[in-house]
Amino acid sequence: MNTLMIASIEQGLIFAVLAIGVTITFKILDFADMSVEGTFPMGAFIFSKFIIAGASPLTSTLLAFFLGTLAGLITYTLNIKLKIKSLLSGILTMTILYSVNLRLNGKSNIGLFNYSSIFDGREAVIVLIIIIAAVKILMDMFLKTEVGYLLIATGDNETLVKSLGENSNKYKMIGLMISNGLVGLSGAMMAQYQGFADINMGMSIIVTAIASIIVGDTILKKSRKLKNTTRAIMGALVYKFIGAVAIDLGLAPTDLKAINAIIVILFLSYNTFAPEIKNKKSTEAAQC
Amino acid sequence: MLDIKNMSKSFNIGTDNETNIFTSFDFHINKGECTGILGANGCGKSTLFNIISGAIIQEEGDIVLNGDNINRLKENERAKFIGRVHQNPSAGVSPSLTILENISLSDKKCQKFGLRKLINKNKINQYREMLSTLDLGLENKLDTEVKFLSGGQRQSLSLLMATMNKPELLLLDEHTAALDPKTSRLIMEKTKELINTHSITTMMISHNVRDAIKYSDRIVMLDKGRVILDVKNGCITEKELLNIYNSRNSGMMFQEAV
Repeated sequence: MNTLMIASIEQGLIFAVLAIGVTITFKILDFADMSVEGTFPMGAFIFSKFIIAGASPLTSTLLAFFLGTLAGLITYTLNIKLKIKSLLSGILTMTILYSVNLRLNGKSNIGLFNYSSIFDGREAVIVLIIIIAAVKILMDMFLKTEVGYLLIATGDNETLVKSLGENSNKYKMIGLMISNGLVGLSGAMMAQYQGFADINMGMSIIVTAIASIIVGDTILKKSRKLKNTTRAIMGALVYKFIGAVAIDLGLAPTDLKAINAIIVILFLSYNTFAPEIKNKKSTEAAQC
Repeated sequence: MLDIKNMSKSFNIGTDNETNIFTSFDFHINKGECTGILGANGCGKSTLFNIISGAIIQEEGDIVLNGDNINRLKENERAKFIGRVHQNPSAGVSPSLTILENISLSDKKCQKFGLRKLINKNKINQYREMLSTLDLGLENKLDTEVKFLSGGQRQSLSLLMATMNKPELLLLDEHTAALDPKTSRLIMEKTKELINTHSITTMMISHNVRDAIKYSDRIVMLDKGRVILDVKNGCITEKELLNIYNSRNSGMMFQEAV
């Protein structure tokens, strides 16, 4: 396996955490949360802030998760308390976070090569697999709890949640906070992996997250019993792998954003048109 | 049991589209009674249910349940006493969850939800028994996601979920309107059975005069936010009921009743 492929697997594992986070809002709550574009670099900048201040890599990474949840709280407040539409709430949070991220360390790019990271002295891929496994197990356990099921039910049917005596807004808040926490964690992992935090590292990250979810759902369409977390992880890995193959075939890394968007378009088109073509073929076969 | 006192409700207040639905509306429901609510579209039936359940708030007046004013209680807080089955069979269930998961959520209604596992394996047999009373074979489909059920199966499940913790008041909001006549009949029979078994006070909106006569103890007709008929069942025939309705709504009929 060449270096590019190994890097794509490692990045795929980092983006898997991002995809699991966005699964909660995009897939479970049906909430297009744009704030993650700000939360991803925020996780990186929070990590940078604390690692530079002398905290351990693990503590700094966990702080990126916990403080990342606050981004979800801002979006929740804008959307539910101030009744601003969900898409705009996310965009406003993302805009606020741009300034917050610059304020955190006073600059837009911070080199982290001279600081320790969770990958020090270990194989990055092993560390990443352990983190992904922990996130997946915890999320799966959470979604099997009473609160977890109410989170799913909130995305499905708020009327039902209210009829159960619960305030559905509470579960939107929980979902947005966990989602943004995981995106912050993913940002912190990426900063350590690439050795720097950059203000633009969140640009179009929502496409990566949603693409991973769509790819995961498409390739695992027939495995109905598979959990959303597994689909997100598989989707992120395949998505990054396809991007790496494209680069390996000779496309420039600067083409990556366009490649990413084309992958999403192809998978969405496949989902839309494949059943139609299949139906047409079976109708023709029946007529023969 | 339920008293609605001096209630007023308008929509789009202060705009050209301001619509007054209720003005100083008074209404009383007796304990254990099943009241059929009839009336044309726009007469205020669903608004009345929305106000009782707390989904919308009236501008004036009080909603009193068993002597307690529940004006201040939000919709989810009123769910402790009030169950509701909607016209849309999907409105009372979580489609992406299985039958077992839906029933388990409903079993915890108005209790404290926490980080405990939702599914209690010791209760599965009890749920199977409850589902078997519906005669739809749902007891053998516990792990089926509700989105794969038919409208009738979904509505039966909604009905079961709305009544399983024995609400003090059950609101049936045209709950058979989206179903075919055969399924509609089946659901109405199950409704009657559940209401009688648990002695639940019920308000039932229907556009079907026959159903109203067959299943209600009292029949109320609304028109433009006012009660224009309030009779005990047996005091009026289907034909008389239709005549009253048509005299208020020229050219319209209860399709299923003719």
